[in-house]
Amino acid sequence: MSIEIRNVRKNFGSFSALNDVSLDVPSGELVALLGPSGCGKTTLLRIIAGLETPDSGSIHFHGADATERNVRDRQVGFVFQHYALFRHMTVFENVAFGLRVRPKKTRPTEAEIHGRVHALLQLVQLDWLADRYPPQLSGGQRQRIALARALAVEPKVLLLDEPFGALDAKVRKELRRWLRRLHDELHITSIFVTHDQEEALEVADRVVVINKGKIEQIGTPQDVYDHPVSPFVYQFLGNVNQFKSHVHHGEARIGDVGLKLDAHHETQNSPALAYVRPHDIDIQKQRNGVAPAFEAVVSYIHAIGPIVRLELQRAGDTELIEAELTSERFRELALMEGEHVFIYPRNVRVFLQEHGG
Amino acid sequence: MTIATISQYSSYNTKVARSRATSEDAWVRWSLIAITLAFLSLFLFIPLAAVFTEALRKGFDTYIAALVDPDALSSIKLTLIAAAIAVPLNLVFGIAAAWAIAKFEFKGKSILITLIDLPFAVSPVIAGLIYVLIFGLQGWFGSWLSDHDYKVIFALPGIVLATIFVTFPFVARELIPLMQAQGKEEEEAGLVLGASGWQILWRITLPNIKWGLLYGVILTNARAMGEFGAVSVVSGHIRGLTNTMPLHVEILYNEYNYAAAFAVASLLALLALVTLALKSFIEWQLSHSASINESARNASSTEKLSEE
Repeated sequence: MSIEIRNVRKNFGSFSALNDVSLDVPSGELVALLGPSGCGKTTLLRIIAGLETPDSGSIHFHGADATERNVRDRQVGFVFQHYALFRHMTVFENVAFGLRVRPKKTRPTEAEIHGRVHALLQLVQLDWLADRYPPQLSGGQRQRIALARALAVEPKVLLLDEPFGALDAKVRKELRRWLRRLHDELHITSIFVTHDQEEALEVADRVVVINKGKIEQIGTPQDVYDHPVSPFVYQFLGNVNQFKSHVHHGEARIGDVGLKLDAHHETQNSPALAYVRPHDIDIQKQRNGVAPAFEAVVSYIHAIGPIVRLELQRAGDTELIEAELTSERFRELALMEGEHVFIYPRNVRVFLQEHGG
Repeated sequence: MTIATISQYSSYNTKVARSRATSEDAWVRWSLIAITLAFLSLFLFIPLAAVFTEALRKGFDTYIAALVDPDALSSIKLTLIAAAIAVPLNLVFGIAAAWAIAKFEFKGKSILITLIDLPFAVSPVIAGLIYVLIFGLQGWFGSWLSDHDYKVIFALPGIVLATIFVTFPFVARELIPLMQAQGKEEEEAGLVLGASGWQILWRITLPNIKWGLLYGVILTNARAMGEFGAVSVVSGHIRGLTNTMPLHVEILYNEYNYAAAFAVASLLALLALVTLALKSFIEWQLSHSASINESARNASSTEKLSEE
């Protein structure tokens, strides 16, 4: 089932949680709502579920206005951040709950409920836990039971609030791959909320980056990572070095170094922010011809693993520059802390600052 | 199997935690215990023993006779009726108030919490007087009530009203922190899964708060049966009609009928003992379920062991 969100606004007192948000989620897609905490992503998810009502705007399910529809009639599955399993019920009863509370006419028989619950528990690979109580389960198990419970009512939409937020790093990685595979099997329209860019980029078909109640960018993971449309998206997705600069006739000046740009040819002396990802930096010991380079001193080397992280102190500037080299390249250069080097940015992205703001 | 493993695990933990490094010297501990015991004996154990000795001083037959005396029986009956009305009403009120305060945001919430505590702050005698002022013969509704031949003051309704007033904080006070700690996620999960408000109340909320609720009810009941001040003002002390047990004790005592007074008092003391026993049982249940919640989080590693 497709979801359309039209001009949704939501305020909590004087705090504006969502400010004119519009979003289309096509049927069968797995979408990530990505943003820092407090950006409104969970509020948006709860509005889609019907747990919150928007101040204005509307929600459409499959083209039909569902803004006024009651939560229990929306046919959504919701997985809560802290799972919200019913602590006094067994795992089996938790999963069966959505079937048992149906009105008599549509309620399945006991045998059907039994079959359905066990099929779901097998789907999440936890059939052997049916008689346990939620407090006896580990975090990852609770998460999967919460998912089975949400799927029991055969929802048209699956909504997940920080589904891996409370898990430790290893379980988290396993579970998100598992969720991706599950989605590929079931093809149920799914939206999940996360503040972890790695998670969003790895799992989702499309990523919606949200900041301060507004959507910054919508696109495939590749898209938002390679072509961020705003400084916020650039900074939020992965590490980045930020430089204050001036753009004049297609050239960005950072300190006394001028970098040629592909765009901004008409721009006249405008303040701008330039961004370079740490892996888009090359380091040379000698100045290499006429290509623009920054002089710097290596101040810190972290050489564990396949990627070597360097911190460099640019001449005439207090801020540190982060660079990432492959370990081969690092061995080739044989860098030492305190050494003078030249920094060659391979890929610079510039955002003009309006009115110096 | 798992539960057994877990509780062993947690008791082992507490033993380790109470190590020598963090506890006081032996003499400090023993003198603290001695002071506490001396205090408890003086104010609790000796009076309690005195009640039963005085009650049985003239023999068991006198004791029974004092209890089956028609006036005593009627006071017991009245006490039970008042509690039977006040406790369920306060149960419903307590759940409703705690639900509203714990699960919803609204203006004037803190005022409501303060108002719920009012009976703790107001002297019971004042509470009784309020009802006399409102429903008494010279009170606001007094003439209307007497015209229509309703009796509130010096009758059962007045006693019930006064009892409800002094006991209404107990259930709500017990439930509010519990429900706040549990949050409303489980209720929301029920809602999304299609449950109606009624189903959520019966299948999710009440089972989650049942021990706290029972605890509140027991405290309410104990106070309802033992209340003296407020009831004394509205009852009128009509023997065999409007005397509750505490009032009956007072009357007997003032008539120098010590054995009978203490006999009825011993029933109230027994009620207190039963209440205490139930209370500690429920406290044990509450902490037990909490500790299972707590240690189960660490127990995922032992899970594989208990699988067989």
